[in-house]
Amino acid sequence: MNEKVIVNDPPSAGPVVHEDLSLLHDVSLLTPGDSHIEMCIQCGTCGGSCPSGSAMNHTPRAIFAMLRAGMRDEVMKSNTPWMCVSCYYCTVRCPQDIHITDVMYTLKNMSLKSKMVQDSTASDFSRTFIHYVENYGRSFEIGLAGIHSVTHLRLAARLPSMAPMALGMLTKKGMSPLPPKHIKGMKDLKKILKRAKELEAS
Amino acid sequence: MSDYLFYPGCSMESSAKAYYHSVMSVCKALDVKLNEIEDWNCCGATEYLSLDVTPAYALIARNLALAEQQANGATTVVAPCSACYLNLSKADHYMHENKAFGEKINAALAAGGLHYDPGQLVVRHLLDVVINEVGLDKVKGKVVKPLGGLRVAPYVGCMLPRPDYNSRYSDSEHPYELDDLLKALGAEVIDFPLKTACCGGHMTQIGPATAFELIRRLISSADDYKADVIVALCPMCQMNLDAFQGQVNGYFHTNYKMPILFFTQLMGLAFGEKPENLGFGSEFVSAHEAMKRIGVQTPVPEEAKPARKKPAGLPMPPLRVRAGLKSATGNKEATE
Amino acid sequence: MSAQEKKPKERVGVYICHCGTNIAGVVNVAEVSKWAGENLVNQGVVVSRDYKFMCSSLGQELIQKDIKEQKLTRVVVAACSPHLHEKTFRNACKGAGLNPYLCELVSIREQDSWVHTDKVAATEKAKAIVAGGVSRVVYHEPLIPLKVPIHPATLVVGGGITGIQAALEIADAGFPVYLVEREPSIGGHMAQFDKTFPTLDCSACILTPKMVDVGNHANITMLTYSEVQKVEGYVGNFAVTIKKRARYVKTADCTGCGICWEKCPKKVIDDHFEAGLGYRKAVYTPFPQAVPKYPVIDDINCTYFQKGTCKACEKFCPTNAIDFTQKDEIITVEVGNIILATGWDLFDARRVTNYGYGRLANVFTNMEFERMSNSAGPTGGNIVLRDGKTTPRSVGIVHCVGSRDKNYNNYCSAICCMQSLKFAHLVHEKTGATVYNFYIDIRTPAKAYDEFYQRIIEEGTLFVRGKVAEVTDAARNPGEEGKLIIQVEDTLVGKQRRIPLDMVILSAGLEPRADSKALAKIFGISCSVDGWFIERHPKLDPVATMTEGVYIAGCAQGPKDIPASVAQGAAAAARILGKIQQKEIALEPVRATIHEEHCSGCRICNTMCPFNAILFHEDKMVSEVNPALCQGCGTCVTACPAGAITGTGFSNEQILSQIDGLLLLTLDKKKEAVA
Repeated sequence: MNEKVIVNDPPSAGPVVHEDLSLLHDVSLLTPGDSHIEMCIQCGTCGGSCPSGSAMNHTPRAIFAMLRAGMRDEVMKSNTPWMCVSCYYCTVRCPQDIHITDVMYTLKNMSLKSKMVQDSTASDFSRTFIHYVENYGRSFEIGLAGIHSVTHLRLAARLPSMAPMALGMLTKKGMSPLPPKHIKGMKDLKKILKRAKELEAS
Repeated sequence: MSDYLFYPGCSMESSAKAYYHSVMSVCKALDVKLNEIEDWNCCGATEYLSLDVTPAYALIARNLALAEQQANGATTVVAPCSACYLNLSKADHYMHENKAFGEKINAALAAGGLHYDPGQLVVRHLLDVVINEVGLDKVKGKVVKPLGGLRVAPYVGCMLPRPDYNSRYSDSEHPYELDDLLKALGAEVIDFPLKTACCGGHMTQIGPATAFELIRRLISSADDYKADVIVALCPMCQMNLDAFQGQVNGYFHTNYKMPILFFTQLMGLAFGEKPENLGFGSEFVSAHEAMKRIGVQTPVPEEAKPARKKPAGLPMPPLRVRAGLKSATGNKEATE
Repeated sequence: MSAQEKKPKERVGVYICHCGTNIAGVVNVAEVSKWAGENLVNQGVVVSRDYKFMCSSLGQELIQKDIKEQKLTRVVVAACSPHLHEKTFRNACKGAGLNPYLCELVSIREQDSWVHTDKVAATEKAKAIVAGGVSRVVYHEPLIPLKVPIHPATLVVGGGITGIQAALEIADAGFPVYLVEREPSIGGHMAQFDKTFPTLDCSACILTPKMVDVGNHANITMLTYSEVQKVEGYVGNFAVTIKKRARYVKTADCTGCGICWEKCPKKVIDDHFEAGLGYRKAVYTPFPQAVPKYPVIDDINCTYFQKGTCKACEKFCPTNAIDFTQKDEIITVEVGNIILATGWDLFDARRVTNYGYGRLANVFTNMEFERMSNSAGPTGGNIVLRDGKTTPRSVGIVHCVGSRDKNYNNYCSAICCMQSLKFAHLVHEKTGATVYNFYIDIRTPAKAYDEFYQRIIEEGTLFVRGKVAEVTDAARNPGEEGKLIIQVEDTLVGKQRRIPLDMVILSAGLEPRADSKALAKIFGISCSVDGWFIERHPKLDPVATMTEGVYIAGCAQGPKDIPASVAQGAAAAARILGKIQQKEIALEPVRATIHEEHCSGCRICNTMCPFNAILFHEDKMVSEVNPALCQGCGTCVTACPAGAITGTGFSNEQILSQIDGLLLLTLDKKKEAVA
């Protein structure tokens, strides 16, 4: 398993180019509820709490500073939000009540739309997961793990060690290797999601 | 005891059947009537939120809308999975807090002829219902086979105590509800320092090295405290710690054999239910030895043998699967 | 009812203030002035002017000149809030021979220019506000302030450094002081500290001489182990009911020899003075230099009180000073003024569960550390781990615990930075351990404070800029085994760090006293949302309160260090000395009066009055307002179901006519149209 943290913007002490001062406002607007993101005092509680911080190329705190500095491209390219495990430690510990986990979701949405995501492993996983949900109404754990692994070379290396697990899923857990049955209201669900996507774009 | 709207979630039908069976058994014993929400859909886990906000919330809210339609006097939706619980309560919370947002989600639901009035339903995790609605006194009254001598690590995970929109839990870092419940069953509960640490979530799929380290920390800490089992209350946590334990051992050259059980499985045992009706035997790391210590015979999980036959319908390219199995048989720890 | 019907013939002057650009930047003041002069003539307006700073001498002279030349009988000033300049303009009127209460100050700044941006709308609003003031002022009556004598004695509540300073200032000036302290000894938190920043003087060495002064002062009556229960009366004439808890020691006979606590067999964890780190006996003085020197018997823990036998202290007392039959005593003292110097409580660090206090043995609070470092403390001044013997080789000091955090307290506790730097020095000096300070911002804004910071850096303390995320004992690698690990983002590096340590000290913040809200009610003052007592003005009147005669000082008003507390104690004393010297005080004549013939005797007003100013005549079955107690707040006026109560200055005519004015019902043109 040779995972590397992909550092896509090597540190440089040069000046920030193209400061985009609407960036912070955009993030705030796209996050449901009041995220309080403008209240950050750069204390580092989030970065200190993060269980997957070691895989991030910037700590969440640094991302908030970059949002303020209008470093749109650097933030959109960062893997930070994609490494978020949604544990909410940062959110409950933040002394400024910033909804950090929600902001991470917003940044994922934005970076996908900006097409600047550097490593699509995480976003592809989300897409595959949602592919089943959008078509069956239910998720499909086995199919998801399988497809995701074989389509990502970086992860394919672990297939040998995964095989017993996959088999265990079938034998011990009695999981079905077949995709789930459609929910009855699939037609309506598709309509709802279609409408939601239109609303999202508007 | 009043009726509850029940949202099982996808895992309960596949990887966490043991949870499903034990939940049903325990709720029956405690007179908790669960009415499954008809035609519920996946909550989207943490994945849909990563892609698109509005569809993600619309997907979640469809369940709330169905639940409201089918409520028939019930006001509480019970979810046994932490991720489902959080998603459902989060959608209700934000739709309620931000009126415009709520209207937007309802506009999407309207395309499917549905509507949800935020704040109409209360979303709760099963543990909360057991502790605060059923009560520990009633639980104690049902215990016929106390779990004396079993050392358990209470593992709550993230999404139950955090962000805890409705302040239901005693603490967001060291809550004691699960401890209290397990003590009521007679078990010896260790002061598990990583009680609410992360299990790795979906990182097992996208950054295994990160996930394995998180899993290792949990298992190693429980092992330091000489726990016999780790008790979980979320299918994702259970799966990550149980199914990936072999790979974690391989990755770190360790040899942990820490069984990971659902709290309802232990409740069922204490209530005198037969282990086979509680999904015992479906775990990767066998709980057989641990349970033997308290005089309970649980089925030994069937070892997964490398199948010669191609498993019917397994959606993996056959060649790679076969190649994988070959080296896997040579890997002692991985087949653990 | 229309107030316009019996319009008195008054000559009103209207004065619109620019307040530089504060008002004029948003409100077109010239237009308002012109408008009032043209449209409020029938209301009696004979002159209307605007001026850059109405509160300046020239502005005031302008009004005075008009009063004399135009024979004004009423004045309306449209400027800032009455809180700021009502007195100024009343005095100006008085100077020109007009009764000061015939002047009305309406606010077009706080209620208009500061809260609006639309200039046209704000100007229209200013016109309405001025019209309301004009309609109202014609119903004003000339009032004469009440004068009451001032009792020369002062009550000081709280015997910490602030209360001690205040008591000594007043007593030294020759006036009597009652100093009430809840604990058995005065001294407060300062008596617990080891060293004081930034000079590192021994806290006890600079405090105890003052304590001795208090104890010996002829003008100071100390009431220790006592609490205020009730305050009646008003500025100049308060009657204060105080509960003196039974000490079970006859102070007339006790010599403070200490044999009783030596012989007492009952050991109790001292969670007060020793912050839970040490023990005391059931009969005790909190510390050796206690003032007064007499011990108290803690009846909750005393074996005799709990089980009926023991009396070891009584047996061994050489002067027969022990008296188990003593009862709590209620006394009443009369004072003219009151200072509240009730101090602070320590934030309960157990609430920050991720820092592990209470769960992880070697996590200590700042107060525990102070006692540990104090040579008179439970470890004799040795810095050791919870096992009582091991010297730590690495220590982490965590700033901002419970402060600057919306999960706990929003405010900065003001003393923690300097305190943490002091701890770093003490640990370094006493143990040679590696010391880390974990901070968000270092705040050292007072005299010689930043120099102290420089000194601590120079001593080799390691600084990590980051709010500590968690303190844990869950080791991840052999290097962390058996240690406490602080996990933090080093924000200046941008990376997470895990630092294994032997000891962690939490700089827990300052909180208002747990009973501060109840206390505020007893003394008739108010608390902020956080629970600190509210001063009359945050900058210009920091030690007075909105209740005449009640002053606040020290941490009861907000977190502060020793120099600032001492300064406030002295300031409050100076304010009171000024009042005492005047011998009498003029009370605002804005008072409520009850019309006996309308009063139904329902007594609703009796309980609602926040100043206990309403008494009930059982014989006549009617209520009456004591004008000396009444503060003119108006609560009873609105509460009276029969409308039997009138507030001077707030009569129905005055209020209704002001509303008519605000709604522009009183304009000349409107009237003409109606007519």
